[in-house]
Amino acid sequence: MSLHDLAAPPLGAPGLARLPVLAAAAFCLACLAAAVAAPLLAPHDPADLVALPWQPPGDGFLLGTDQLGRDMLSRIIWGARVSIGLSAAITALAFAVGVPAGMAAAVLGGWADQAMSRAVDLFMALPPLILALLALSVTGTSLVTLTLVAAFLAALRVFRLSRALGLDLATRDFVDIARLRGEGTLRIAACEILPNAAGPLIAEAGLRFVFAFLFVASLSFLGLGVQPPMADWGGMVRENAGALNYGGIAPLVPAAAIALLAISVNLLGDRAAGGRTSR
Amino acid sequence: MGRLILRRGGTGGLLVLASTLLLFLAGEMMPGDFASKLLGASATPETVEALRLSRGLDASPVARYLGWLGGLLHGDLGLSLTNGREIGALIASRLGNTLLLAGLAAAVAVPLALALGTLAAIFRDSWIDRAVLVLTMVTVATPEFFFAYVAIAVLAVELNWLPSISIPRPGMSVWEVLQVLVLPVLTLVVTSTAHVARMTRASIVAAMDQDYVGTAMLKGLPPGRIVLRHILPNVAAPVSAVVVMTLADIVVGLIIVETIFAYPGMGQLMVDSVAKRDITVVQACGLIFAATYIFLNMAADMLAIAFNPRLRTAR
Repeated sequence: MSLHDLAAPPLGAPGLARLPVLAAAAFCLACLAAAVAAPLLAPHDPADLVALPWQPPGDGFLLGTDQLGRDMLSRIIWGARVSIGLSAAITALAFAVGVPAGMAAAVLGGWADQAMSRAVDLFMALPPLILALLALSVTGTSLVTLTLVAAFLAALRVFRLSRALGLDLATRDFVDIARLRGEGTLRIAACEILPNAAGPLIAEAGLRFVFAFLFVASLSFLGLGVQPPMADWGGMVRENAGALNYGGIAPLVPAAAIALLAISVNLLGDRAAGGRTSR
Repeated sequence: MGRLILRRGGTGGLLVLASTLLLFLAGEMMPGDFASKLLGASATPETVEALRLSRGLDASPVARYLGWLGGLLHGDLGLSLTNGREIGALIASRLGNTLLLAGLAAAVAVPLALALGTLAAIFRDSWIDRAVLVLTMVTVATPEFFFAYVAIAVLAVELNWLPSISIPRPGMSVWEVLQVLVLPVLTLVVTSTAHVARMTRASIVAAMDQDYVGTAMLKGLPPGRIVLRHILPNVAAPVSAVVVMTLADIVVGLIIVETIFAYPGMGQLMVDSVAKRDITVVQACGLIFAATYIFLNMAADMLAIAFNPRLRTAR
């Protein structure tokens, strides 16, 4: 699907309806570019003290400076790499585990399906943040723990979707035909079922990415995620929170970046999934 | 119907039991010994041993799990790993604060969300509908701290109407306590209304396509009356379920909102305890949050069964 299709206005809507989608796509691309080409794009070194702390935006520093006097724009650009990279890794990990497990549950059935599905039910009945806090108090703040827990939580939903898709597709004629051709279960799952499940799985990837992104941002904001000197956007909100008391807006810059990216990805995913889901 | 509701209740109980096991196992995975950690590096082996005996730490894991469960049932939550205080006393002072915040947030968020969803459905495709759609789309993807900090920057710092941290002190009047609570409540309301508003709108719009609505329209009833008298009773099931689920979301959203405003509640206690790796307090708080969350989701399912005759015989 091309960007033009994505931005096509719903029937009867004025041409302006296209604008938010285009803006969302542009913001996503800008964040992606920042994450990929951070060393080329950042005007300053993200660790350099270039001015006084909490300078307002403008005057050589487009987004002002942070609590130590580092260039906010450069830190946002480098932070994009951490925030987006981590969320993408979590999403990839969740799919690498969730899709095979869900397909296996659907194809195997019986006690294996029961065991996996009940375990997933249990973990989905608990609040995600509580599970993460529990794991982090056992290991101490650790990026590895955070990544694994977030990937596990995302994988639960991927498992459920893959299993449902697998169960639905397994009853189709082309699967029976493949079976009659003498193809093995693994080959059927990989070559017959998976390609047909790709559409819903891609839509789900967008949702899981936003979940992972907001989850990591929240935990970093709580001081339990990415630790200094490394900084993601959530951690930058935390570091700069004190500026508010002096009339500064420093924490709002990374906070707005988080909100804008989450809204943009949701908007694009919504449109790609065929318009407003609420209709 | 009764049997289905009982069965759902049984599942809820099992889930709570399973989460106690999970919390206990997490505690077992903590490296190091509870007694020597609690007493610090200067403790003699004798005092460590005495504490181990008095807390029953020398028993087998199964016996300790059962002992912990038994204690929970009697309201004994154990000792904090970092300061040795009774967790029950630590929590008691904060539980009331948290319930107050959650209750106020729910009391504002639920009617507001129902009203927005109903308005959007009545004036389908008008600017009101679009505005609600955009509003829910923005709030559902925005982290709590963004709204909280915008609100602090404008209402607390710029206009100086409200305090930027929310610590109720003894001796404050009811009016002063409410003033302290405005910003955290506002943040929770903004981040929790979207789901209910969307679900309310979707349910009403779906009900509008039913035949009985067509009949009511042919009778010439005004749209407002059709919505209130004919449609709302029929959307009670899905909407009440999503309302209760939103209460569960508010409970978890509290953890972050309390931290933002330094509000002395359960959520802040839990985050602090995770940072200090005080596993026993994390277990106690985690259990309270998890049990509340499980209970509310169970109540949502039960409401759905009770309201919708079609769910009573299914499965």
